[in-house]
Amino acid sequence: MKILTGNDLASGDVIWWAGDGWSRQVGDAADVGAQGDELARAEEAALRVVGAYVIDATITDDGVRPAHIKDRIRALGPTVRPDLTLKPNDADAGNWVI
Amino acid sequence: MYRYDSYDQSIVDARVEEFRDQTQRRLAGALTEDQFKPLRLMNGLYLQLHAYMLRVAIPYGTLSGTQMRKLGEIAGKYDKGYAHFTTRQNLQYNWIKLADAPDILAELATVEMHAIQTSGNCIRNISSDQYAGVSADEVADPRPWAELLRQWSSFHPEFTYLPRKFKIAVIASDDDRAAMRLHDIGLKLVERDGVVGAEVYAGGGMGRTPMVAPLIRDFVAEDEIISYLEACLRVYNRYGRRDNKYKARIKILVHEIGVEEYKRQVEEEFAHMRTLGLNPPVEELARIRAFFAPPAYETDLSDTIDRSDRAFALWLDRQVAAHKAPGYAIVNISLKPIDGIPGDASAEQMALVADLAESYSFDELRVTHAQNLVLPHVQKADLFAIWQKLVAAGLAEANLDLITDIIACPGLDYCALANARSIPLAQKIAARFADAERQADLGELKLKISGCINACGHHHAGHIGILGVDRRGVENFQLLLGGSGAEDASLGQITGPGFSEDGVVDAIEKVTDIYLAERTDGERFLDTYRRIGMTPFKEAIYG
Repeated sequence: MKILTGNDLASGDVIWWAGDGWSRQVGDAADVGAQGDELARAEEAALRVVGAYVIDATITDDGVRPAHIKDRIRALGPTVRPDLTLKPNDADAGNWVI
Repeated sequence: MYRYDSYDQSIVDARVEEFRDQTQRRLAGALTEDQFKPLRLMNGLYLQLHAYMLRVAIPYGTLSGTQMRKLGEIAGKYDKGYAHFTTRQNLQYNWIKLADAPDILAELATVEMHAIQTSGNCIRNISSDQYAGVSADEVADPRPWAELLRQWSSFHPEFTYLPRKFKIAVIASDDDRAAMRLHDIGLKLVERDGVVGAEVYAGGGMGRTPMVAPLIRDFVAEDEIISYLEACLRVYNRYGRRDNKYKARIKILVHEIGVEEYKRQVEEEFAHMRTLGLNPPVEELARIRAFFAPPAYETDLSDTIDRSDRAFALWLDRQVAAHKAPGYAIVNISLKPIDGIPGDASAEQMALVADLAESYSFDELRVTHAQNLVLPHVQKADLFAIWQKLVAAGLAEANLDLITDIIACPGLDYCALANARSIPLAQKIAARFADAERQADLGELKLKISGCINACGHHHAGHIGILGVDRRGVENFQLLLGGSGAEDASLGQITGPGFSEDGVVDAIEKVTDIYLAERTDGERFLDTYRRIGMTPFKEAIYG
């Protein structure tokens, strides 16, 4: 599947296109098919996202999994600061990015 | 320390308000990202993996207690309670909101700080020796030179759009603690016939094409250094490779046209530049130098230190260096706890260090390119009290220049350019070698990790260097041996095929085992490597 990601213009937070808006959770990411680039341009013009780009991802038992480790780290947060990730109570969350 | 005059303050304040307007226009949609990006980068604001990152300049690594306290306050108020000290003696905040950036810059301006020229193809923060002004072997304090260069290079209209970024270091001792020859230009102050001037090295650097800078002039007097550097930059600006980003640094130009031809062109330009009256008047040089006059050291202090506490004595032997004034010492504060993140400090730790600077070090501290902190003027009688406070704050690791004093870039945990994570690897290596006696037995061993070829972690200059690469989406680590950023500068050589994260930790252990087996009396790891060469190490790793 193709999913669209970027950073929230104002906060800088990593965000994922969820079909009807943006989400902080990669698990909400929607398949954008071939519409990603057009969607990115529109959302950037609407000042909702900066640096938007389309990536490959798969659906796994754990949910949406970006194909590349860089995007998995973006999805989770810094693996060396579990307290600052989206799973602060999971000390092993960093293993998900590998 | 240098203090802003009204001109310094007014241009920094004006820049804050200019950026506030630019940021508001961006948030309102009046500026596109393509239009805004170069403007925010000129103010040190990057977009990284998780958020905006703000890089704050710390000129030649010198800070007051007030400035450090402000940096800590900003970490607590606008970030997530911590910040990261970099290999350019700067500081980075990892979690900045765009709308907050102008307010942060305004707060920095109240303590005479900014983020100008911490990005872009301009002259970046001037770096220097963290022992400047307190080292017994320096010919002069290099900081007045660094400050002069800071003023010259700030907003220099001719050098705002160089072919590529440009980094300058100034040292004044035979011991190079600033990786001087791995800079675009390195200055080493020397004395000739009673006159202090500079040896000038040009064309060094790390990145994808590492080079050790050659000497291009053996003496330039202080009152001509601006003309000479103008000439160096002019030749680079004219002929640097703007057609290829990866060949645009001055090191490529010097390499391609040759050292002698570069020198010839610089001398020709210098002959012209020195007639233009660009050099500052002697009075201005004296004005700057006066800011760096030694503090009012007390005299008749005792050099005796009670070493009865064993842990204190260990810290003393590792973290405390000789000071030029009797009764005083230089304290190195490690930002490399075994289970920590190299270079990171919490807001509370920054506040404590600010307090220590104010109470014990004439309100002054330093940031090192090895991502540690320094209290430069401490009475020996105060060392035990300082150590106790550092212990309580988790800042008393005794590992300066040992294998766990690891330089590591933020890597793929934070950096959009990185290919692999540096910090988890640094933590695994530190855990493997955590035993204090084992570290001490290995002695000086500088280990440096970069998460990509840009080499922010100085892997080329590590006695042991590690470069993280992306092998089809999987982190992989190349191992290098034999580099040095010190006065015996050299570039590390790759051992061979790369390793997984765990594999490279094992390989490092094999490398250190070879060193222990082969070393002769007094040899550091680097000395043994240089004597016996790569082969025994490769055989141990891959054999």
